[in-house]
Formats: sequence, C-alpha cells, structure tokens
Amino acid sequence: MFQEIFKQYNWDSVKDLIYNKSSIDVGRALQKKSLDMDDFAALVSPAAAEYLEHLASKSHRLTQKRFGNTMQMYIPMYLSNECQNICTYCGFSLDNKILRTTLTDKQIIEEVEVIKSLGYDHILLVSGEANRTVGIDYFIHAIRLIKPYFSNISMEVQPLDEDEYKLLKEEGLYAVLVYQETYHKENYKDYHPKGKKSNFDYRLNTPDCLGKAGVHKIGLGTLIGLEDWRTDAWFCALHLNYLRKTYWQTKYSVSFPRLRPAAGYPDPKHIMSDKELVQLICAYRLFDENLELSLSTRENPDFRDNVIRLGITSISAGSKTDPGGYAGTLHALEQFEISDERTPREIAEMIQSNGYEPVWKDWF
Amino acid sequence: MSELIIADKTFSSRLFLGTGKFASYQLMEDAILASGTEMVTVALRRVEKNHDENIVNYIRHPHIQLLPNTSGVRNAKEAVLAAQLAREALETDWLKLEIHPDPRYLLPDPIETLKAAEELVKLGFIVLPYISADPVVCKRLEEAGVAAVMPLGSPIGSNNGLQTRAMLEIIIEQINIPVVIDAGIGTPSQAAEAMEMGADAVLVNTAIAIAQNPIQMAEAFKLGVEAGRLCYESGVGERSLTAQASSPLTAFLR
Repeated sequence: MFQEIFKQYNWDSVKDLIYNKSSIDVGRALQKKSLDMDDFAALVSPAAAEYLEHLASKSHRLTQKRFGNTMQMYIPMYLSNECQNICTYCGFSLDNKILRTTLTDKQIIEEVEVIKSLGYDHILLVSGEANRTVGIDYFIHAIRLIKPYFSNISMEVQPLDEDEYKLLKEEGLYAVLVYQETYHKENYKDYHPKGKKSNFDYRLNTPDCLGKAGVHKIGLGTLIGLEDWRTDAWFCALHLNYLRKTYWQTKYSVSFPRLRPAAGYPDPKHIMSDKELVQLICAYRLFDENLELSLSTRENPDFRDNVIRLGITSISAGSKTDPGGYAGTLHALEQFEISDERTPREIAEMIQSNGYEPVWKDWF
Repeated sequence: MSELIIADKTFSSRLFLGTGKFASYQLMEDAILASGTEMVTVALRRVEKNHDENIVNYIRHPHIQLLPNTSGVRNAKEAVLAAQLAREALETDWLKLEIHPDPRYLLPDPIETLKAAEELVKLGFIVLPYISADPVVCKRLEEAGVAAVMPLGSPIGSNNGLQTRAMLEIIIEQINIPVVIDAGIGTPSQAAEAMEMGADAVLVNTAIAIAQNPIQMAEAFKLGVEAGRLCYESGVGERSLTAQASSPLTAFLR
C-alpha cells in the first residue's frame, strides 16, 4: 500500500528539497530521458520558472509523440449533491444549506439524452459522498442505465472498497478519479473536519484498491490552492510513481483543479498563477510521457486555448456541475463555477483550429 | 517489385499504415492515399457507431484492405470479444491482434497473444498479431495458423528504428509466413533498412501522423519501402570488414 511509502517522507523536508533546487538541477532534469523524483522536484521548483519555454517545448514534443495531434473530449455528469462530509472549500459541503438532490432514473436518462446530443461518448459521473442513498447499489444501477449510451464511463465519487470497484468494473466502469486534495496529512484534517472523507489514510490507499480491482485508469490530483502546490505535486508524483510500478497494467491521469479567488468566497490560502500551472503541467509530462493530463472548464477560455498544445490530452466542454444541470429542470447548486462557458462544438472548433483532432470515442 | 501475398490476398504496396494521432481525418486520408498503401489498420475503439464524422469513412477505398485492431484490450478474453465486435462493425475477417497490457511501453503480452491467436484462427479470423521480436513466439504463432507476424522494431511510437534487429533477422530467416515489421519505424531509411533485411512489409503510423507534412512524409515512406524491397530483391552484396579488390591478387591464376 502507498501508505507505507508515504510514511517515509516528511512534508517539510520535501518542501525544502524543492525550494533548494538550482537552475543546474533544472538543466539536468531537462536533459534526462528518464526522470526520477529528484528531477521532478527540480521541475516544480521556483528555479524552473525561468526555463518555462524549454519545459513547454519539450512537453509539447513528448505529448505529440505519444498522443499525436488529438484531444480526448469528455463531460461530467453530476448524479447527486447529497454529502455527509464537511469540506471547507466545496459547494456540496454538509454545512452548506442548499437544496439536496439525487437523480432518479428518469432524470438520469434526461441528462444522458442532452449529453448525447452534444456529441459525447465519454462520460464522467460525479457525486458527493452519501453512502446510504448514493452508495454502491445506486452506482451499479446508474451505470446499467447509462452504459448503453456511452463507450467510456469514468467516476469521480467517494472512495469505495476493492470489491465494490470490481463490481463496477464488471458493469463497464473504465476509470476512477480520486484526488487526495492535499498530501499534507496534518492540515488535511482542517479541510475535512467531518465525515468519512476526514480519514486521510483511507483515501490515500484507495488507488491501491483500484489497482487491485483492475480498473483500467486511475486519476490522481491535488486541489491546488489548499497547500503549497509544489510539495503537493511532488507527493502526487511519488504516488503515481509507486502506482505505475505496482499496477503496471493500469493507465493514469492527473488533473489540475485550481481554486481561484472568487467573489463571495474567501481567497484560497495559496494562489497559483497561470505560469505556475503551465510549469506543473509540463513537469508531469516530462516526468511521464504516457500520463493523461486533463483540463476542466474551471479554467478560462484564453488559458485553455493556449494550454492545449503544452501537454494536455483530455478536455471537458459545456460542463454543468449541478445534478440535473443539462436538462435544466432541477436548479440545484453547482459544485463550482465554470469559467469556460463555450459549447462543446465551439471547443471542438477551437481544438481543430489549433491543429488537433477532437476525439469523441476512444473505447469499445 | 514483387507482390506480397497474405492469406490469398495480393498487395502491390508493402507499406501498411496506422490511423492514430493525425491532426484531422482529412489529413489522414490524404496521407493514406499519398503512401500508396493497400492495408490500413484502425483501432476498433476509435470507430464510431452512429456518427457523421466516422473515421472509417476516410479509410474505405476500393484498393484498401481495412485491418481493424484490438488496441486497448489487456488479455485474450477481451481481445476475442473486441475481434468479434470488429468483425461485426467493419464486416471483415481481417484482424490485427494487439494485446499490450502495459500502457507505458505498449509491449505485447506474448502469452495472451498466443492464446487469443489460437482461438481467433478457429473462429475464422485472418489474424496478424503484433508481437515482440521473439523468434520462438513467432514460430508458435505460425503454428497457430496466423496469416503473418508483426514483430516490433522498437516500442510503438518511439521512432527508434530496428533495435531488435538481431532477432528480426532470425524471425525472417525461420518463418514461412510474411513478416511485417511493426512499431518503432521513425524514418524512411529505417523502413528501407527493414525491407533490405527481407521483411515482407512494414507498418508505419506515428512517424507519418506527427510529421509537419504528413502527406509528403507518407510519400517518403512509400519510396523508402520500395527502395528497400528492390534492393532486397536485387540481391544484397555480402558485407565485409576488409576491402575486396575488384582486381584480386590471385587473378593471374586463371
């Protein structure tokens, strides 16, 4: 289990390691073909900022070699905003007095029909954590309903157990995304004071359960803004490094959810600039040329248009982050605000005009 | 240049093309036509069922044999299932069998590939397996009844050329069915090298798809493959470490 590896490292020493990297270390990492954790530290360090163009051009080339001139299209579909967790940064947090809803069969099909009309064939199912009403039985049922419409189904829901993942895989589940949010174990508790999610280690070991269950793809990530993004990224890369060697038949992806200053919300503790996000995307690409890198509609149009050439391999468009949002009948609260409101067709045209083929279907 | 025969079908081009990674379907079609290829492989997972922009529409030409592949499957069971779906969707028995459970290097699983090949041959498929450059596994696949073997030159998409050269030579020498060198061929000179060695054909994808000018690169590969094959058929002179004088010292002993 990754927990055993994780225990050997200390947040502050890793942070020191990263912040003490020099431009010589960055230069060495840029020359190497096979990068280790020390090289990754150099690439996410402040010293790498002045090498951003080098990082970007190498990242572009590696991505093109491995993924070609293509961009995978996906869309999230929120099944429920019921949640028993308190997460200080999340719209679905238990202590938010919002209308809670979980889609019925009829509502699921209504959503699916709208999503299909947009052209999608890959779907990401999302929920809060409400194990009694939106647990394994609900998910199995939902996948059975949805499977005839989509080639590829991913999930971003609460962590489940290995046996449950096996059941879902048999129903046709392809990928599971489970972000640690932060690898800062002490502060994790402050962000997740109540609910099952407050158990840091359980979440940390979930990708192992996914690997053992044989789920095709595991998505990792940290919520950027909670803690120092460089240190969090290093731990996430460590996690990835462990997983890809242990579960060698599994694919991996990393996403970059970034908390931005927004009206009505307290500013995130750590603000990451656009330049820094580009640095991070490139660092992951140089670290692992086969890693799928995903970008959501949290990011604004200008940034998305420019960053797709720098290492991103999958992108969402036209997303709604509230259950029932596509059919538009429920008016539930969104989990987070969308920055890129363009339609999937508009995004596809933008991708084509950048010299890429939008891929709608890439599974059986 | 002699014709290539695989499973009773004759091909005048010895260049096979893959269809991944192109910047647009139109560009892919143009490159396919420029290459002169008559065999094009397409991943079943990319084939859309009810979509106007179906990748297959850009590949179907009277002179082109469609070769669906099972890329994405991780074991024999999944491969057989994918093969059956491919047969149904594309109405062909031809199949490029690909089982590479390792998503990093996309190296074939020889055990699962052999298992799947045995079953698919029984089910009437014309099987062309993607396989490591392992002469014994290739012989086992031949015995299983595959139509050709497709050993790799180096990992898929790596453009590293014939790093498995020594083993490829043994495969070419030993086997009685066509050998198509698949994966890793990054330049026309590497394709020519494979053909000079006696490979029956090569399959190219990444090198063409991500070239700045894929159409021109497709033509370059066409020429490289033809040059290599013509060379092979002309009889390559033996290589030697020392100079061989064209007027030998013992010439007076007539």
